[in-house]
Amino acid sequence: MDDLLQEFIAETRETLEALSGEIVAWEANPDDKSRLDAIFRFVHTVKGSCGFLDLPRLARLSHAAEDALAQVRCGERTPDTGLVNAVLAVVDRIGEIVEAIDSGESLDDTGEDLLIAALAEGTDMIAAAPAGVGGQRAPARSVRLNVDLLDRMMSGMSDMVLARNELARRMREGNIDPALEAALERLSLTVGEMRDTVTRTRMQKIDALFSALPRMVRDTAAGLGKSVTLHVEGSDVELDREMIEMMRDPLVHIVRNSIDHGIELPAARRNSGKRENGRLNVSARQSGNQIIIEISDDGRGIDTEKLIAKMVQNGGDERQLRALSDRGKLELVFEPGLSSKDEVSEISGRGVGMDVVRAAIEQIGGRVELDNNPGKGLRIAIHVPLTLSIISAIVVGAGGQRFAIPRQAIEEIVTDGSDAIRIDTIGGVEVLTVRERRMPMLNLCDVLGIEPARSESRRMIAIVSVPEGSYALGADTVLDTEELVIKPASPAVMSCGVYAGQTLPDSGMPMLLLDCAGLASVAGLDFSSDGSREMEEEAAEAASPGIPALLFQDLDGVRRAVPLAAVDRVEQVDAVNVRFAAGRFRVTIDGRILPLAAQGEIQGRDRLNVLRLKDDANEISYAINEAIDIIVLPEDVTPAREAGPVSGVALLDGEQVELLDVLWVFDTHADRDGMGDEERPVCLIQGDEGGWMASFVRPLLETSGYRVAFELAPGETASVVLSSDDAPPALAEAAPVVRLRRRRVAAGAGDDSVYRYDRAGLLRALQAKTGKR
Amino acid sequence: MAHLYLVAQIAGRAVAIDSNQVESVVDIGGVTAVPLASAHVRGLAALRSRVVTVVDTQSALGMPGVSDARRAVITRVDGHHYAMLVDALDDVAPFELLPLAGGVALGPAWRAAGRGVVERDGEPILAIDLASLVPGQAALN
Repeated sequence: MDDLLQEFIAETRETLEALSGEIVAWEANPDDKSRLDAIFRFVHTVKGSCGFLDLPRLARLSHAAEDALAQVRCGERTPDTGLVNAVLAVVDRIGEIVEAIDSGESLDDTGEDLLIAALAEGTDMIAAAPAGVGGQRAPARSVRLNVDLLDRMMSGMSDMVLARNELARRMREGNIDPALEAALERLSLTVGEMRDTVTRTRMQKIDALFSALPRMVRDTAAGLGKSVTLHVEGSDVELDREMIEMMRDPLVHIVRNSIDHGIELPAARRNSGKRENGRLNVSARQSGNQIIIEISDDGRGIDTEKLIAKMVQNGGDERQLRALSDRGKLELVFEPGLSSKDEVSEISGRGVGMDVVRAAIEQIGGRVELDNNPGKGLRIAIHVPLTLSIISAIVVGAGGQRFAIPRQAIEEIVTDGSDAIRIDTIGGVEVLTVRERRMPMLNLCDVLGIEPARSESRRMIAIVSVPEGSYALGADTVLDTEELVIKPASPAVMSCGVYAGQTLPDSGMPMLLLDCAGLASVAGLDFSSDGSREMEEEAAEAASPGIPALLFQDLDGVRRAVPLAAVDRVEQVDAVNVRFAAGRFRVTIDGRILPLAAQGEIQGRDRLNVLRLKDDANEISYAINEAIDIIVLPEDVTPAREAGPVSGVALLDGEQVELLDVLWVFDTHADRDGMGDEERPVCLIQGDEGGWMASFVRPLLETSGYRVAFELAPGETASVVLSSDDAPPALAEAAPVVRLRRRRVAAGAGDDSVYRYDRAGLLRALQAKTGKR
Repeated sequence: MAHLYLVAQIAGRAVAIDSNQVESVVDIGGVTAVPLASAHVRGLAALRSRVVTVVDTQSALGMPGVSDARRAVITRVDGHHYAMLVDALDDVAPFELLPLAGGVALGPAWRAAGRGVVERDGEPILAIDLASLVPGQAALN
């Protein structure tokens, strides 16, 4: 906490110095918007920091000033001399209090009420600045350095290392005086230590950013009467010090927004079936050449409707706003001066939040991604470039050249020829099997088009994981692990698509950092469910006899299996192709409409994976979450107790897996169009007044396997005649007649008519009559 | 208006380079190849603690063969440093940039790079823009 306080004092002091010019300029010209913004930002930042540093006096002052300035900003108030003076007095006072905190002296708070009162509209009173002056400044324990200076130090350091290496190389060439060697040794040691120190000056664990969160979350949540559980992950990810500084405010804003706007009050959470404790996850990880900081909560998410309403209220064009894509609507949250919450709260203020957050992150070359799940939560991912950060890399050799691979992309390294692995060639491509995992294999030399080194030694294989899947990457040798400072390469190099940056190791020869995801895409690896399934299918065929089945995760989250023979293919469809039509979900694939069966929620997804199930005559699609694996079903399957979508349960790797009952799916979901027209019994409809039967009964009959006719063609005989009870029995009763009645209750004992809304009864009656013939 | 130009040899031809574009002239050491990059990219080289992209100007100007030059002119384009290989450096002198005489048909790569001519003792020398030889850069223009 002490560190944070020091940090806050140093920062406030620095901003105040920078701000003094702005204040004078604003005083001279109160209408100057940019000066106003600068001062506003200052008090806003102070307010934010005070909240979690527990400095109520500063918080009160800055909150009051912020209120007044916000009114000016949105045009509700014109800045007059009185206001300017009052704001300046507050800013001065903030400076005094900060100095007092630093030197540990007490500063009495008389006159602060006056200062705040002076901010109120219509007061001309010029607050008399209290006499107390903060005493001497405490001696500073730290210096704040310009990052440029650190940069120069860093590059000077690298030069020094290279010079030392050169010197060492030269000395090895000739006869060395042991005294000289000892001196060089000492130099090397010192240079090494120096470099570590200098490197550390730039790098900081992201913990420096995260350590303040628990307290802040607690206080913020308590202030709002909410209870929030915080989970922090990846605190040891290292980030450039400058980036950490730049990330501080955005992170604070986002976390507060999550608690204030996202997570609901305990009562509301109970009502929507959530746990009372809100969850807030903050994590940092490195991914390729980026650091991703994720803040996710399980609150109510962003209500885009509300955003639009707010924008309209602020003078936005509603039609234009409605025409935006879902993503576009979500992005409205970044519009300046917008707060989707109705009232202003002390915690996260009045919509200075997200626009400032985005600006700050974009300034350091990052971006913000929103993943909104209305009612369920919001995930905000901040991507910041890895540039300037040091990463741990594995150096591999390929064709006499060295490349670095980010270490966290590598799952493991195996040697070609060890017993644990198998390399097969399937259809011209290599496939690696290691401990029953099968994955595509790439050869670094082949992908890069370089001549592999001719060496006796065995090939090394790195198993690389990329977001879409894993693959094996073969290299000639694995040389070393090194901590490398990665810098972006020139566009001419980056445009190859396989490099993430360049670095200059101690050898003095530049080295390229490989982008593993880029390599996979250049090599044409396709990790989409289709591709991997095909590959797995081949694998399963080779593996063992038994009933192969596709293991998948169903929409309701349950792992189920379906016999592979029933699956024609797995396909991805856009949600727009799924419609609720004619009483059921249907999906358009390849210009055809297929019934879509599902267990779980279909709606609310952008894309769906569907299994296309096929028997001789029918085709049905079955929506799933994702295909997992091809498995072989064990012989023992416990049958289900009731007929339904699940035919039984099998034990797979100690886990119960439900087996999808394909017959049931076909039975319940297939459209009955399998039979040819000739085979279908003809149902003649007579006395259909107003077309009621044609429009309501006909579809039912047709799905039940009847052919419906209103007039018989010559030579045709009806299997059954359907007539309404009030119609005259016109035709000769050549066929059995089923009568529909309007009333619910039968007229008497002799009445064999069927109530016209009794579907089951109608079908039973039809079946009975046709069966008699 | 005379301006300082660097006269260099690329593939046996003299070219004039605006001195504003030249950060330094160095002899480059080991070059790390960049597989899959455009043929104009010779590779990466270390220049003190900096990594520069080495550009084969001969191939960038659309001429056959590969330059075996080790000397390079360092230039900075869009925040990145490039080492442009040159066979030799002749001269640094102030020249006046003249428009190219009408009807002179240059090869396409030369035309993209050419900015005019300077005259040295009556000999016309094509003034080129180094930035246009940087791969990826030309595509943008």
